[in-house]
This record gives sequence, C-alpha cells and structure tokens, in this order.
Amino acid sequence: MANGSIPVVVALLAATFRLATPLIFAALGGVISERSGVVNIGLEGIMIVGAFFAVYGSSLTGNPWVGLLFAVVSGALVAAIHAVLSIHLKADQTVSGVAINLFAGALTSFLIFKLFGRQGQTDGVAALPYPTETMAKIPVIGPFLAELNWFVFMAIILVFVVHYVLYYTPLGLRIRAVGEHPKAADTLGINVYKIRYLCVIMSGVFAGLGGATLSIGVMNLFREGMVSGRGFIALAAMIFGNWKPFGATAASFLFAFAQAFEILAQKFGWALPTEAYLAFPYILTMLALAGFVGKTTPPAADGVPYNKGER
Amino acid sequence: MANKNTTSSKLRAALNTLIFPIISIIIAMFIAVFFVMWAEGENFFTATVTLFQAIWEGSFGTSFSIIETLVFVTPLLFTGLANAVAFKTGLFNIGVEGQFIMGIFAAAAVGLIPGIPAFIHVPLVLISGMLIGALWAAIPGFLKAKVGTNEVINTIMMNFIAMFFVNYMIMGPLNAPGKATTPLIQDSAKLWRFLGETNRVNVGLFIGLLLVALVYILLWKTTIGYELRAVGLNPHAAEYGGISIKKNIILAMAISGAIAGLGGAVHVAGIQYQAIQLFGFTGFGFDGIAVALLGKSHPVGVLLSAILFGALNSSSLNLQLANIPKDIVYLIQAIIIIFVAADYIYKWIGEKRKKEAMING
Repeated sequence: MANGSIPVVVALLAATFRLATPLIFAALGGVISERSGVVNIGLEGIMIVGAFFAVYGSSLTGNPWVGLLFAVVSGALVAAIHAVLSIHLKADQTVSGVAINLFAGALTSFLIFKLFGRQGQTDGVAALPYPTETMAKIPVIGPFLAELNWFVFMAIILVFVVHYVLYYTPLGLRIRAVGEHPKAADTLGINVYKIRYLCVIMSGVFAGLGGATLSIGVMNLFREGMVSGRGFIALAAMIFGNWKPFGATAASFLFAFAQAFEILAQKFGWALPTEAYLAFPYILTMLALAGFVGKTTPPAADGVPYNKGER
Repeated sequence: MANKNTTSSKLRAALNTLIFPIISIIIAMFIAVFFVMWAEGENFFTATVTLFQAIWEGSFGTSFSIIETLVFVTPLLFTGLANAVAFKTGLFNIGVEGQFIMGIFAAAAVGLIPGIPAFIHVPLVLISGMLIGALWAAIPGFLKAKVGTNEVINTIMMNFIAMFFVNYMIMGPLNAPGKATTPLIQDSAKLWRFLGETNRVNVGLFIGLLLVALVYILLWKTTIGYELRAVGLNPHAAEYGGISIKKNIILAMAISGAIAGLGGAVHVAGIQYQAIQLFGFTGFGFDGIAVALLGKSHPVGVLLSAILFGALNSSSLNLQLANIPKDIVYLIQAIIIIFVAADYIYKWIGEKRKKEAMING
C-alpha cells in the first residue's frame, strides 16, 4: 500500500488504522460476550468463517455489500453454536471455543474446495469499493483518508455505539448485571439465558465483520491462515483494555502499531530479519498481558455457566 | 463376592466413560456423511459406503496403509499426552503446537553435530527436544503462576513466536543452501526404522507407547501426579492441604512441554530427518488437544483416540483419490470435539431419567 509519494508517518498511521480494524471488531465482540459472562475463545474461528463467507457472498452476487451481510450472518450462526454449547449445555467454554476454531478451519477449507473448486485460497472477488481518489482530494488529511477503507470507519463508529449501549441503556445495564451476578439479575426478572444468547450471537456478528475486513476490506480473496491469530490478539486486547470498549480499542491500536512497524523498518532499512517483525505483535501481546493483568478485572461471572434454580 | 462386585462396577464405570466418546464419534461420522453427500451429490447410502470405505482402506486396508497410520499415530501420542497432563492439572496448554515446533528445531540442530556415536547422539537429540519444549511451556506456566496471565492466550502467542523463530533459524543460520530446509541430520541421530528404510514407522512409536505407561504411572502412582491432579480438581482444597498451586502449575506446564518437545524431536529423528520451513502450523499440537479431550485426558484414552485420529489423518490421501475433499477428516475431528464439549447433554439425559424414575417409582 505504501507507495513512495506519501510520507512515512502517514503510511504508518494509515497502516495502523487498517490493521487495528479487524482487531477492534473482534475485541468489541469479546467485550460484549464476556460482559455477559461467556468467554469466547472461538472469536478466531468466527473471524475465519466471516472472512470466507464475505468472499463467497461477494462472488455469488458480485456485490461486496452482500458479502458483508453473509459475513455477519455466518458469524452469528457459528457464534450461536458456541452459545448453545456454553449456555444451555454448560460446556467448558474454552473447550467449546477451541472446538469452534477447529471447526471453522476445517469447514472453510472444505468449502473452498466445494464452492470454488480450489485448495488453499478462493478466487479473487469484488472487494468493498472505496473512493480513494475523492478521499485524496480532501485537504490536509486527504492522503491519510485515501489509505483507509470503509471498515475502518465502521469499526470506529461501532466503538462508540457499543460504549453507549453498554453504559447508557437498560439493555447494557442488564448485560453487565448478568455478567457480574447472574443470580441477582435473575431475581430481578432479567432472563439470563436470553441476554447471554444475544451477547454471544452479537459477538459473532462483530467477529464476522472483523473477518470480512481481512478478506474483502484489505484484499479481495480468502486464504487459509489469513486470520493467523488475530482473534486471539483481539482477546488479549480486550483483557488489556479491561473489558471496556474504549480500552479494548486503544489496545487494538497498540497491537496494530506493532504490526505496522514493519513499514518503518523497511523504509529505514533496519537489518532485522523479517521473522522478528512478524513475531513482534505476539511478543508485545504477551508483555502487555504480563504487565497489566491483575490491574484489570474480568466480569465476576465470566466463564461460569449459569444454572437456573441452583442455589 | 465383594471382589467380584467391585470388578463388575469398575467395568460398568469404564463402559460409562467409553460410551459418550463413542456416541460423539458416531454422530460426527454421521454428520460427515452429509458433507460427503453434498460434496459428491450422492445419496445417503452411497455416501456412507464411499466415506467409510475410503477411510478404512486409507488407514488399515493394506499393510502399507497400516504402517502409514502408525506414522501418523506417533506424534499424536506425544501431543495428546502433553495436553492430557495439562488438562489434569486444570490448565489448557494450546501451546503444545509451539513446543512441538521447538522440539523439531532442537532435534534438527543437535542432530547436525558430527562425530557422536549413535548411542549418545540419539538420546542427546531427544533430551534437547524435551528441554526446549519444557522451557517453552514453562514460560507461560510461570506467567500464569506468578503474574496470573491467562495461559490460553500466552501459549497461543508462543505458538506464533515459535513458528517465526524456527523459520528464521531454518532460513538463516541452519539453512541448507538453496533449500527451504535445514541440512539432513547425521545418521547417528536417526531413530531406527524397524521395518526397513522405506517404511517410515520407527522406534519413536515405542517411545510414545512407553510414555503412555509413564504418564499413567506419573499421574496415578506418584506423589507428584497426586499433587498435579489435586490442583486440577480443586486448587483451593489442594492449597489448603499444603500443595503449592504455583509450583504445580509451572511443573505441569514443563512436563507437558517436555512431552510435546520430545514429540517434535522424535518427528525429526524418525520421520523428517530435517526441519522444513513452516508456512503454517504442523497441526499435530492442535490435533493433540482433540486427542486428549476425546480420551478424557486418560493415557489409555489418549492411546485409543490417537489411533482413531491417526487413522483419519492417514486416510486423507486416500479420500482425495476417492474425490472426497480431505478436509472432511478435520471436519469429523472438529465435530467430535464439539460433541465432547457438549457432554452435559448426556448428564442432562441421565438426570432427567433419574428424576423420572423418582416420580414414577
């Protein structure tokens, strides 16, 4: 993306925004799900499914916006599996999430074969159009805006929406109550299961969007392994951000910056092996977690199945 | 009489633990048949026959396929046991994949050293794999015990770090010129292929089987194992009884990592003879999670499910020949785990029956 005509700072900033976007979507999904008390390790798998179906929707209809819809619906469906497993069937939520991740990987490579008749990656499809030329004409910030895509704007708007819903609406209060003390919430007539189903499925919608960002936002195809741990980095961002929408977003930007760092290195010709830059975001995630866990607190009932009628 | 009763109740308990994984496998296979029907446009009956025939022929149909199945079973024994030890201590070591990769690296590096007699070189290769695996797993264990960070996320991060590190070593310092691999290891570092050079099965299989017994003894016949399991069952009760949670978390991760690293070393010394650049994960570590879950983290269960998953994996080539996408194998595995995760269904059915019995009786 970074061509010679734009300054390094702009390229770096724009790359950070682009790379942060999928993380923000998935981290917001994590915040919603875990605030209601369901751990969702399956975000990674849901992103994979979302990324694939975004491409499939776009290739079916030639319209990338339909692809976006496909990503959202498929993400919600896979999340629904996790919801049934962890809410009604009281599965170990980590095991269920891992199962979702394995399932997503297997399902998408099967579908690539079945629907595209190929292996490893799909055909190129229509990506979400973005008016690069028009954006570039905007004074001052034009060169920066030209380097973005619509997903970046969507993610940033959704951060505010999620924050507003969580903290300023009755629904948000209920979600937080269910995640902190489901029994008390139940006593007050809140349907714990219903709220949890809603939140887990919403987390699937968000993670699906995150996946679509990778496939039809920055590229125009789906490739096996393209999500490469971003769902897990998003989870770390959520923890790092103290289970809050703004905190998780800030952490996503930090991790994205670590990924974008490679651009700087290339510009200045620093003689570190590529693998070092590739590993950097993962190392940073660990360091951030080690430095901040204990200073952040998860919702009290996070990961604990609720058993109605049990004392 | 009393003795007879306990054996029969033990048998019943064993049957009870076996029946749910078996039901899960059957349901998963059944769902897989639908995927085959869809992929092939066949009816239910033909799809069932095609799928099972292809899996059977690809895994146990010929003597060659049986040997190849054993080749696939071997690494799963290690990664399955590695996950089982962590599960028994209440930990989720998703990093078995990374520890396995580090074991590959250690074995490929140590195996290059010339001029060591085989009876020293082979143990040296295996021990180096174990040590580096233990170290790689002890880091997230330490972070969990001392800082309280989630081992799931840390081990996943370390999988990626291991992959990039090993790729750097393969393409950099240890590179075989002009290839995306390390040079072949010395003959003195290779594990014996007891059915001849062309058959890839090797004594690594027996090391894995020995480990099944050793892990059983460790977990159920030693104080260390007792403490690990106590922490896994109820950490607070264990601590109240004077067992250190922190020590056992780090220990369990180190043991788990050592087994995984040994698996990686055996894979190099017995099968690959070199480390090859990774474009993605090997998958053995992730399959090991499934193996341990299906085997209920019991060494014997791990052995049985490693055979099942090894057979499925080794049949994937045959599936492709039968025009069935090989991913069906991984779908089956994932669906098995979904049903294993949903084992509450079985409990729920059991409880419902009990309640009904109480009402009706």
